[in-house]
Amino acid sequence: MSFINLLWVLLLGSLLGLELIGKVPPTLHTPLMSGANAISGITMLAALTLIVKAGGNVPLLIIGSVSLGFALFNVVGGFFVTDRMLAMFNRKPSSKK
Amino acid sequence: MNLPVIIKFVIDLLAVLLLALGIKGLSKVKSAREANRLAAFAMSLSVIGLLSYYLGTSGIAIQSWIWIIIGSIIGSLFGAILAKKVPMTSMPETVALFNGCGGMSSLLVALGVAIFPISNTPENFDFFKSLINEVSISVSIFVGAITFTGSIVAMAKLQGWLSTPGWTQSKVRHFVNIVFAVASLIAFFDLINGNTSTIWLLVIVSSLLGIGVTLPIGGADMPVVISLLNSYSGIAAASAGFVVDSQLLIVAGAMVGAAGLILTQVMCKGMNRSLVSVLFGGSLSAQSTTSSGSGEYTNITSCSVEECALTLEAANKVIIVPGYGLAVAQAQHTLREVTKKLEQNGIEVVYAIHPVAGRMPGHMNVLLAEADVPYEQLKEMDVVNPDFPATDVVLVLGANDVVNPQAKNDSSSPLYGMPVLDVQEARTVFVIKRGMSAGYSGIKNDLFDLPNTSMVFGDAKKVLNDLIGELKDLGVGEK
Repeated sequence: MSFINLLWVLLLGSLLGLELIGKVPPTLHTPLMSGANAISGITMLAALTLIVKAGGNVPLLIIGSVSLGFALFNVVGGFFVTDRMLAMFNRKPSSKK
Repeated sequence: MNLPVIIKFVIDLLAVLLLALGIKGLSKVKSAREANRLAAFAMSLSVIGLLSYYLGTSGIAIQSWIWIIIGSIIGSLFGAILAKKVPMTSMPETVALFNGCGGMSSLLVALGVAIFPISNTPENFDFFKSLINEVSISVSIFVGAITFTGSIVAMAKLQGWLSTPGWTQSKVRHFVNIVFAVASLIAFFDLINGNTSTIWLLVIVSSLLGIGVTLPIGGADMPVVISLLNSYSGIAAASAGFVVDSQLLIVAGAMVGAAGLILTQVMCKGMNRSLVSVLFGGSLSAQSTTSSGSGEYTNITSCSVEECALTLEAANKVIIVPGYGLAVAQAQHTLREVTKKLEQNGIEVVYAIHPVAGRMPGHMNVLLAEADVPYEQLKEMDVVNPDFPATDVVLVLGANDVVNPQAKNDSSSPLYGMPVLDVQEARTVFVIKRGMSAGYSGIKNDLFDLPNTSMVFGDAKKVLNDLIGELKDLGVGEK
């Protein structure tokens, strides 16, 4: 993948991100932030790549593993915590008067 | 193109699509929960795609598997436990902590690649490619470190582990931060020039910059900062994508980075603050010490829970204004019991939610939802403000700055211009508060001095419990 192509990917990804969120009700600010935050843990893919390509280099394996741990902490924790918050909104309709 | 490449391409494409739909869905109440799950599914899909690609091409060594399993189990376990255990009141700092760890992950990847170059064989050395590599490594380290230390400081401040040191409110802080910024720029370019020894300098000064920038920011502005740092961690992920040559990382990182920026902007608007003043203005409390905002209260009316109950019983319309104090006292369930009683008596009850009530936008909504408050009873500021003149009783529970009339009347006040709830328009206002201490901004609240305001001193939960007792005695809600 040439660098120029990667730049295109970056540009289009940014534009997509700008368009995705238009109007957000204040209620959803925290869950949205938390969900987006979980997605930013996508660096786990980079950590995985590092570990796979490390070969027998033990220090690199350790760095990759720690990095993967941090990323998954972010991803798993982030999605769970977002789900916990959103679960509270969702059981509402029943109590409507 | 061989099969593993095609499979990975299709999976990546699908993952990007689902992630985009996930972010989109998270911005609507109805679809939010499904969207979150969709995004989580997309993330797992992307891992499967990557692993299957390596299995189909170079293969994955046993040793690598071991370290993958160790890292993922430990990380996931801690993340899941924390996410389950943490109380709803500490949501903002939890998000900050998660975010910081994401930044740390990008930082470590870049560091690993920088110290142990993976495939830099001299024969296919490409100057342009290695330049890009070094630039993206430097960006990853720089942004990753700022995200990490900034988030940790934000978390520590929200937890109350760190206060705002005095010097960070003086002009000195700008000088210090400029020094850090210049130092990181120097290290940055030195690193790009191939001088890898400066990598540690870059790590250290960008970490310090993260601390130096976040430390002076006051608590009320923290949500904005966390949102901004969240955007940074997206940027860090995208630049890590350049380091390991992954389009999926770049797209996802760029999406989060851009979406985070928009969200930050939306939050700033809600507080009537500009991003610049949040970042460089310092905390509100520091400025207020010299302004007219500080001063003695002259006309405080204190009243008993019993009086409060009597007034509530006679009311037709009651508006509840929740704030951080409610969250701290964990009184949301008790509050719900009180309002249930009032409703059974035919009293109309709504909750006025200021955009920045609590420590984070949406904080109060989450908290009240936990206590089974119907979603329709939560009213946003713009909707509820015209209702105050027709309201009999307003109960202010642990909110302070968001009901300060100074923001409207006193142009010298540091709060001036911030949109507030016009509670003083109501016939009677009860403020339930532990003592006369100032709110987060450290500014005197003129509301407390008004003749139609009565203070009920005590812990929110205890006062509400007493209130339930009093209402029972009055026969409210007994059918």
